[in-house]
Amino acid sequence: MLTFIARRLGLMLLTAFVLTFVVFFLTNLPPNLEKLARSEGSVRMTDESVAAWIEQNGHGGSVFARYGQWLGVVPGWTRTDDKGVTRGRCIQPRQDPAEAARFCGILQGDWGFSTFFKKDVLPSLSEKLAATGWLMMWVMIVMVPTALVIGVVSGMREGSRTDRVLSTFSIASTATPEYVSGVILVALFASPVTGLSPMLAEWGWIDGRTLFQGAASPDRITFWSFTLPVLTIALYGIGYIARMTRASMTEVMTAQYIRTARLKGVSFGQVVVRHALRNALIAPFTVIMLQFPWLLNGVVIVETLFNYKGFGWTLVQAAGNNDINLLLGCSVVAVFVVLVTQLISDIGYVFLNPRIRLS
Amino acid sequence: MTENTWDPSKPILEIENLSISFFTRLREIPAVMDFSCSVMAGEAMGLVGESGCGKSTVALAVMRDLGKNGKIVAGSIKFKGRDLTNMDDEELRHIRGSEIAMIYQEPMASLNPAMKIGAQLAEVPMIHSGMSKDEAWKLARQIVADVRLPDPDRIINAYPHQLSGGQQQRIVIAMALMAKPALLILDEPTTALDVTVEAGIVDLVKELGEKYGTSMLFISHNLGLVMDVCDRICVMYSGEAVETGNVVEVFDKMRHPYTQALFRSIPLPGADKNARPLISIPGNFPLPHERPPGCNFGPRCDYFEKGRCDAADIPMDPVPGGDRHGSRCLRWTEIDWDAPPAKRAVKQKAPIGEVVLRMEDLRKYYDVATGAFGGGEKKVVKANETLSFEAREGETLAIVGESGCGKSTFAKVLMGLETATSGSIMLFDENVQSTPIQKRNTDTVSSVQMVFQNPFDTLNPSMNVGRQIIRALEIFKHGNSDAERHARMLELLDLVKLPRAFADRMPRQLSGGQKQRVGIARAFAGGAKVVVADEPVSALDVSVQAAVTDLLMDIQRENRTTLLFISHDLSIVRYLSDRVMVMYLGHVVEMGTTDQVFQPPYHPYTEALLSAVPIADTKITRKRIVLEGDIPSAMNPPPGCPFQTRCRWKSQVPGGLCDREMPPVQVLEGGHNIKCHLSAEILASMEPVIKMAAE
Amino acid sequence: MDELLSWGAILGRVAVQFLPVWIALVVTYAVSITFKRRLGLYGKLFDSPVGMIGFGIVMFWVFTALFADQVITHDPLAQFSGMKNKVPGTPLANSPEGQYGWFLFGGDHLARDVFSRMVMGARSVLSIAPAATAFAFMVGITLGVPAGYFGGRLDTSLSFIANLVLAFPVILLFYLLVTPEIRLTGIPVVLAAVLFIFPIIFLTILFNARYFTDPKKRNLYVGIVLVLGFWAYSGLAFNMDPLGVWSMDPNLLNVFVSVVFVNSPTVFRIVRGIVMDLKARDYVAAGQTRGEGPWYIMLWEILPNARGPLIVDFCLRIGYTTILLGTLGFFGLGVAPDSPDWGSTIDDGRKTLSLFPHAAVVPALALMSLVLGLNLLADGLREESLRD
Repeated sequence: MLTFIARRLGLMLLTAFVLTFVVFFLTNLPPNLEKLARSEGSVRMTDESVAAWIEQNGHGGSVFARYGQWLGVVPGWTRTDDKGVTRGRCIQPRQDPAEAARFCGILQGDWGFSTFFKKDVLPSLSEKLAATGWLMMWVMIVMVPTALVIGVVSGMREGSRTDRVLSTFSIASTATPEYVSGVILVALFASPVTGLSPMLAEWGWIDGRTLFQGAASPDRITFWSFTLPVLTIALYGIGYIARMTRASMTEVMTAQYIRTARLKGVSFGQVVVRHALRNALIAPFTVIMLQFPWLLNGVVIVETLFNYKGFGWTLVQAAGNNDINLLLGCSVVAVFVVLVTQLISDIGYVFLNPRIRLS
Repeated sequence: MTENTWDPSKPILEIENLSISFFTRLREIPAVMDFSCSVMAGEAMGLVGESGCGKSTVALAVMRDLGKNGKIVAGSIKFKGRDLTNMDDEELRHIRGSEIAMIYQEPMASLNPAMKIGAQLAEVPMIHSGMSKDEAWKLARQIVADVRLPDPDRIINAYPHQLSGGQQQRIVIAMALMAKPALLILDEPTTALDVTVEAGIVDLVKELGEKYGTSMLFISHNLGLVMDVCDRICVMYSGEAVETGNVVEVFDKMRHPYTQALFRSIPLPGADKNARPLISIPGNFPLPHERPPGCNFGPRCDYFEKGRCDAADIPMDPVPGGDRHGSRCLRWTEIDWDAPPAKRAVKQKAPIGEVVLRMEDLRKYYDVATGAFGGGEKKVVKANETLSFEAREGETLAIVGESGCGKSTFAKVLMGLETATSGSIMLFDENVQSTPIQKRNTDTVSSVQMVFQNPFDTLNPSMNVGRQIIRALEIFKHGNSDAERHARMLELLDLVKLPRAFADRMPRQLSGGQKQRVGIARAFAGGAKVVVADEPVSALDVSVQAAVTDLLMDIQRENRTTLLFISHDLSIVRYLSDRVMVMYLGHVVEMGTTDQVFQPPYHPYTEALLSAVPIADTKITRKRIVLEGDIPSAMNPPPGCPFQTRCRWKSQVPGGLCDREMPPVQVLEGGHNIKCHLSAEILASMEPVIKMAAE
Repeated sequence: MDELLSWGAILGRVAVQFLPVWIALVVTYAVSITFKRRLGLYGKLFDSPVGMIGFGIVMFWVFTALFADQVITHDPLAQFSGMKNKVPGTPLANSPEGQYGWFLFGGDHLARDVFSRMVMGARSVLSIAPAATAFAFMVGITLGVPAGYFGGRLDTSLSFIANLVLAFPVILLFYLLVTPEIRLTGIPVVLAAVLFIFPIIFLTILFNARYFTDPKKRNLYVGIVLVLGFWAYSGLAFNMDPLGVWSMDPNLLNVFVSVVFVNSPTVFRIVRGIVMDLKARDYVAAGQTRGEGPWYIMLWEILPNARGPLIVDFCLRIGYTTILLGTLGFFGLGVAPDSPDWGSTIDDGRKTLSLFPHAAVVPALALMSLVLGLNLLADGLREESLRD
């Protein structure tokens, strides 16, 4: 078991290195750097001065060396200009170059400076992550139980009327990406001119002009502001997980050992709860865990749509404003989240499944 | 409860005129028609028939578990006088598991993989008699000991996958016995198991049946097994019971043409491929929606009379003087049941020629990583160990053994799909030991071909029959044009006695036997000289087995092919092979001519194997030798002699030699090889396992 | 002409506009149902109500894309004065002669006809999604089949790469891959050069494995594949087709390549799994024992038997690709600013969402119904292919 985890961790680290390198490479392409130079320096810089700016600010040289510096395994660059002022990656403004650290990459906790937020990446990112954490927590609370219940109930009697209704719902919800369901939900519940709100307002059932709010903020988490964003993210996942659960459940329900249990005289409810459920939930567990990368997608869309200033919103801003350090930071977080959930999914699968655990 | 009203002298299970249909979108498919039978208390009733005859459907109907599409259309099933067909779910639930219990074919699939054995067993008394959890687990432990499993405390805390197939089946039996049911239904309980393991299970079932006085409904396609276990038998054909009665009476004085044909098509001792070949039943099993009018067996029956047998449905007719003996045949009184079969064609024995294949000291080891997660140490699995033999032109060499004996590995090495670790394979004086198939030339490849076991897997489901044969011809560089190859393909279809129209059919339109014939045609496309047949008939129904075996024999006679016949079925091996090689855990334990192997002296394993195979002949007595335990895993072979863990002769060898040393090969007279430590005197003193009763 | 149309009138008029689509649908269904017993899996689809509904929705959009020029009421790019953010059914202000008199689904924030943009959006989505999915399948199959069949190192390294791509959150990948900057570096062209070569490799191996026993036929088929393949390849990947028939707008190429790149690893994993299952079959062993080469066994013995699950996944994946394209449009990545594709129109519309929802809701519903149709179709196909 320990060797298994060790191997998985090793593979995970390798993946993380490759992925961060790819991100680093793609964000530090020459056109991006030129754009950075023009936005940091001046828009009317000549091509030569752009090249010089890039060279001056440590963005020249091989991409591997720069990746190493960013990571913190290669000493940060230093450069002394004509006036004798030494600047460098690890040298803070007005700091004595001699006192500066040699390494300053993400391994040392230095994630760089965000040109968009005008402050260090790490604190701004953790603040936004916390905001997204709240959102994700509510999404999970809504999504997982709903999806599992729908999946189990529709899978335990395949072909029944309940199954057909619930399956149609799951199919429809997997066909509705977040930017569609978000738009429709807002139109239905958060628009003062269409949907339910005008009617409710007319009858005097709601105080404001809309039932739910079409925007959300991490500072004021309320039922009225969070319902629509949470629902929007959860809806797509519910359909997907419910369909997986249903497939797994129907397969288990036709298994020979379920017949054995039934012919032992076990009642239908007990067959489902005692015999089918555990076997049927092994597959969806993996799916839920692997759903995280997609949830991240949903988060980005929903935070953009509802103007919720969390991690996803930050990612969009970073990319849109060519904020290289911030985008790199976002990528590291995203890759980390994905890899950790994959690891949990692998280990959890082994633990849930005695056939693998004990062989 | 109405149990008290039931009179024990009445049948415990009484099925009357039962008809069951399955309903699909297109039509109603009758699965069982007008089926009646009764089981008395303590009696064991055998339900026999080929696949698709409806025997399992009857069992599921008794359990009232026919699924969404199945419906009981007519008739009644009375259990202890109460009609099961109109019980509601709650009543059924009380009967299931406590009064009627069922045991299935696939032990692994019938146990819940995520629940401990003990919990699965204890559940039964907890539901039905409201037993407390502790008591129920105690009972479970006791029953586990009852089914003679070693170390019951460990077993009740284990998960199913930690047990071997035989142990799992014992657990399933234990589960059925937890509530001491009055009726036990066994649906092919041993089909998935090895013969020597099967023998143990059969003994257990019989013994427990007697001990608890349980009535049994025993479903099997194996007549020999039914004779071993049951008192009464009911032969089914295409949804109907065609003959029923006392086992001995039906076996000795059958009164239905199908039963007779069935017995003539199974290889019993005394059958011989040349002098007394088997007689296969002509034609095919009718599909459920294409049954003929009148007698279902009519179109395949030797005694068919037009206008009479196909006029109307035929009722069950009691045979006077019999023990509740009945036959569903109009003409049973007119047929001379003692007349010898008319069309038994005696065939010439093919001469045996030069040596074409010689293996010397062949070894095949695999490196296997142990441990669940790919880590762990590497282990060497010795799939084949010092294999030496030769096979001659026109000869049939049978390779016999149970699962894990290495016979499939041997086939792979010979075919070149794997290369041997050491040793040599001489094929027509050419050493092909280390030549993988990609490097062999077309001639070598086409001269060694294979017939596969599973007919449903042997043909590519998305390519038509003709195309598959033509592809073999193309690869073997046979014929110069497409037209030539097409002509040759049609000839090959003739050779395997299939209509030429089959060239355009897709495999799914063919029956199992027909697919197997196409497989044979494909194997012979390049004029194969050596054919490895890996259990070619074991997945087929008995009546089809005979036809496919005979086809193989005929082609062999014509082409003077060397046939390596891999099988676990000793009856068929005795029938068709010239020489036999018995394998156990990668070792050849005995080799000799068929007579030598089937007569004493035996290797102790061969002896047990012979005794384990059920024989459907009342005139034959077998010595019962039941092996302890299961076949050891090839990953963990025992030290010394591979068979020592289960050998009953081990005490006859002095000094614990068996535990320490690999036995030498003893060559007895006539080139009979036995790999055993037993002295020549002890070997010579062995008694035959099978004896014909004096008539 | 000055009144606002009622909802009934709007729907009636929309139905009339779709007339060519209705006719095509009726013909398709009439022909298919008549001959359904002879049409294999496609025919069996008409036994399943779910499949029929799904197929109907999908074909509705396919025909809409085909007949878009007849269906639209206005130029989807033209702006009409006075029509900004007008609600559905608004009559055209001071309409010139011969113009259709209403904005059936209203006007957007640039005073364009929402209805016509939705119809044209179908064309832009359906001209990319199926093709991109097909390319992803080519890549996934060409790599997944040998990975599953041979296993070992090849499988380990290919699976590692596939997992790398899958570990990227899609949005991040899009933000990295679909930018104007990246187009300057030529990376999309390199990716296209790699990804577009797979169909040629696949078809060449396919025909070679089958016909190597008959060199004349083999040379003919392989020759045709190579000539046609490289002709299209030069045009699509490098925009250097000597005859100028094949070409792809650099924006579009960037989007296309990214979508293929994101989809291929999943297809790879599915194919690999199926092949690992099928390679244990006896007919594969039969192929091996008669000395067939590995590629014949992979492509002619195994692959045809994997078609059931692959067809089902193909349908699902077109839907998924549609969603991805919408996501790209939603973030304004890689597409022309005035493109009528559904993702971009939703993005445009969401800015005025709470006051004028119709501009975003109409394309949203269109996209949802297409994906729903594809999902239902896949479900129906799966159900029918499992039967008997």
